[in-house]
Amino acid sequence: MSASSDNLLLRVEGLQKRFGDNVVLAGADLAVPRGSVVTVMGRSGTGKSVLLKCLANVIAPDAGRIWFDGRLLSADDPKSRAEFRQRCSFLFQSNALFDSLTALENVGLPLEQTTDLKDREIRERAMEALRQLELDAHAGSYPSQLSGGMQKRLALARAIVTRPELVLFDEPTAGLDPLRRNAVFSMIAKYQRQFSFTAVIVTHDVPEALAASDRLALLDNGRMCFEGTSAEFAASTQAVVRGFRDSAAALAGSLAAIRRGEDIHSDDA
Amino acid sequence: MGDYALFTGESFRAVPGARRLMRRVVRAGLEQGVRCLPVILIVGMFTGLVLGLQGYYVLNRFGSETLLGTLVSLSLIRELGPVLAALMLVGQAGSALAAELGIQRNSEQIAALETMGVSSHGYLVTPRLLAALVVFPMQTALFVTIGLWGGSLSGSMLLGLEPGVYWSAVERAVEMPDVRECFTKAVVFGLLTVSLCAYHGFNAHRSRGATGARAVSAATTRAVVLSSILVLAADYVITSFLV
Repeated sequence: MSASSDNLLLRVEGLQKRFGDNVVLAGADLAVPRGSVVTVMGRSGTGKSVLLKCLANVIAPDAGRIWFDGRLLSADDPKSRAEFRQRCSFLFQSNALFDSLTALENVGLPLEQTTDLKDREIRERAMEALRQLELDAHAGSYPSQLSGGMQKRLALARAIVTRPELVLFDEPTAGLDPLRRNAVFSMIAKYQRQFSFTAVIVTHDVPEALAASDRLALLDNGRMCFEGTSAEFAASTQAVVRGFRDSAAALAGSLAAIRRGEDIHSDDA
Repeated sequence: MGDYALFTGESFRAVPGARRLMRRVVRAGLEQGVRCLPVILIVGMFTGLVLGLQGYYVLNRFGSETLLGTLVSLSLIRELGPVLAALMLVGQAGSALAAELGIQRNSEQIAALETMGVSSHGYLVTPRLLAALVVFPMQTALFVTIGLWGGSLSGSMLLGLEPGVYWSAVERAVEMPDVRECFTKAVVFGLLTVSLCAYHGFNAHRSRGATGARAVSAATTRAVVLSSILVLAADYVITSFLV
């Protein structure tokens, strides 16, 4: 899938964001083809989540342009923003579930507040989403009564219940064990195909991202230093890409050296 | 100040676009009303009891204890009822509102609403504001009624004043402008305090020098203190216009 095609659902150009003196995004670009899974990776604190929140309009960027379905999203054009919100869902790293609402009410909330569906239809669609995520037995439970993995699935159920065209995932596997990580990526891939939405995922998990993504982007120093397919990422000789891609092998090497009693120098703990 | 005014304006501007608003208003009204009912009843009763006791001894010095009903009813209806009921509501419902919104801000629930295309003002603040316009006058009326019974209990049952004398003095003293003043104050206090508490909770993340749980705590404290001061200041302004 080529990013240069005209079939882009989302295009970001020169996005900038700073917090005080800390420049987080220094002109980030991103191209997201329609119907694809694009994963944005990068070290902690490089601005991946900020990029996603700028896309979702949770944080206002200082500069840069975002096109959604060929239309420029502008702060001066609330209509384009409103339309974008209707067609896009955001899955927060913290899940951002309403702790005073049950699982069913959480999933039904976007339908209740953005559609004219009747209560019965909302309930049916919310239950259907819960069933798809194997949470129907917990429809009456509050988020605090669910495990971390269940909460993640509940957040995903809420994100897909409105049948969005674009779903933004902010570190969907943060804090999960390897089996759950695989399950979450499989789940994203499964529902991405089932509902044909476009996904932008922010993650640290290189092997899972390589397996589940159509395209990968690597954010470094506030800019995209790599954008391409999984195969291109795997074959890249760029130092930053290699450092990120081969981090597991590097860790194994470091550990082996520690066991041998050698000094290890790390520039990034 | 300007930011607070914009926040309140935004909450009212969200009324036309808010879906299933009536349902949320009723729920917010029940929450505010039920949460505050015990404290309104207890404080109202004791306020009436103390007013009856103090008033009786003061009036007795001038041989005017038959005017106890007048003193208790006008004090309660014009001043103490609306002011004390509002302060109780701030302490109970206002603090809870500020803390709840602060936690929702911290846990990104408010941001989640915005990403869903749901107006966070319309969903979280507007129903509470509209509910306050009904709950504050109702709770004030309850406070005044219980207070009048408290005054009767002190004056008649404890100090020997004829109940008929007390209640006929109440009936003679209270006129429609007094009731109107009472409800005007209740509505204004409800609007000011709920919007101020909501404003501070909603913007808890902007607390200076505090983050996380501490920011919520600071926002809640600020909301309660400023709301209480605002009630007394607004009381003075309204009284000076209506008296």
